[in-house]
Amino acid sequence: MRYAILLACLLAAACNTHQSALAPFGVEAGETRTLTLVMALAALGLAAITFALYFRAVRAPEGSLSHKGGMKLVLWMGAIVPTVLLAGLLLYALPAMRPMDSAPGDLEIRVEGEQFWWRVIYNPQDTQGRLVDANEIRIPTGRTVVFTLAAHDVVHSFWIPGLAGKMDMIPGRENRLVVKATKPGRYRGVCAELCGLAHALMAFEVVAMEPVAFDSWLAEQRTGTAAPPKDSRGARLFAREGCGACHAIRGTEHTGQIGPDLTRYAHRRSLGAGTLEPTLTNTAAFIRAPQDLKPGARMPTYTDLSREEALAIARYLKGRE
Amino acid sequence: MSDPAPRKWEHRLRITLWVLIVPPTSWAAHFLFSYLWAAISCAKTGHFATMPWLFIGGTVLALAVIALAGWVAWHQSRTPGDPPPHQESTRIDRLRFLATATLLLAALSTVGVIFTALPVVFLRECT
Repeated sequence: MRYAILLACLLAAACNTHQSALAPFGVEAGETRTLTLVMALAALGLAAITFALYFRAVRAPEGSLSHKGGMKLVLWMGAIVPTVLLAGLLLYALPAMRPMDSAPGDLEIRVEGEQFWWRVIYNPQDTQGRLVDANEIRIPTGRTVVFTLAAHDVVHSFWIPGLAGKMDMIPGRENRLVVKATKPGRYRGVCAELCGLAHALMAFEVVAMEPVAFDSWLAEQRTGTAAPPKDSRGARLFAREGCGACHAIRGTEHTGQIGPDLTRYAHRRSLGAGTLEPTLTNTAAFIRAPQDLKPGARMPTYTDLSREEALAIARYLKGRE
Repeated sequence: MSDPAPRKWEHRLRITLWVLIVPPTSWAAHFLFSYLWAAISCAKTGHFATMPWLFIGGTVLALAVIALAGWVAWHQSRTPGDPPPHQESTRIDRLRFLATATLLLAALSTVGVIFTALPVVFLRECT
């Protein structure tokens, strides 16, 4: 019974479809899964053949194989057949190492790893179409997307298991990752390189959208109508406490670049880069004592703010005023 | 067994420990050459050439050196004698042991060089 429960727990891992290389929603992850399955099946097949040969050899009566026959068996089954099979598997696997092709018109998204969140910049080269966001990445399905990956503080690693293999973000250089999503949905990405105390609390949401929906979403964001109301208690507190020195909110005077952009905070499905549910209470608690909820977070504590004041800022950010 | 007047030049070649290490040394040299070539190509141009002549030349050279060592070993392994294991302390057994070992190492090194060279056929970009 105990083993059955253990096995059921192991098999339950297969139900994870939002963050798994075995539940692909992109071309590269799909190819990698096929490759993994073929390699695993080939390994099982070769192991079965080898065990069958052992079994036969152990049961055979002494002297049933001549010296010459034995040498021939070693030559063929020990050298030639494995070499040919391994060469075949190598030739099958090598094309997967090729990076996906991209064209000049493809959507570019620059993602910068920070301790411990993600800065996301759509169309970074285009002054008109540039859009800054944080901790959520939206991509269109069926189109090639080029991620430019960078970091400023320490090495991070950008990994969306269901989309493609991971790619390091190294301070001082830019890495490229070309992807193509195939299935719309909400997925999850993580940091795959130990980057500090809150490394495990550094995730992001990936939203793969139908191309038409994506285009209208991006156009809507560029027009900048998503900003919360400017005149409210929360807005005044946000300004008084100097939140805008680190955080930007489009359409307001707050243009800080040190922390995550909060324009779309009301639409996010997580707080603190995948740490908590973004409820009003959690948001207020995070504002007052970020380190209590996310150890190592760079945001200072604001314990001088009363609970009510923190809630007012949370309401402002959630657009509920 | 003495061999007073060998007619062909390859019969005058004697397998020694030095010949035995030629195939794995070629493989190692080709391995190093592959890494250096890839690093220098990427640093200078950022991508791999469609026809990397230098790399093809280096690979052919490594395979030729291994083939030569293997060919000499094959000739010498045909010296008449008992079947393996060649473990008697006689000149014939020593010769046949070294020849067989060199031949097997040549086969292994050939596969090693080919497996090392194959990725270049598929790679285009350095990143």
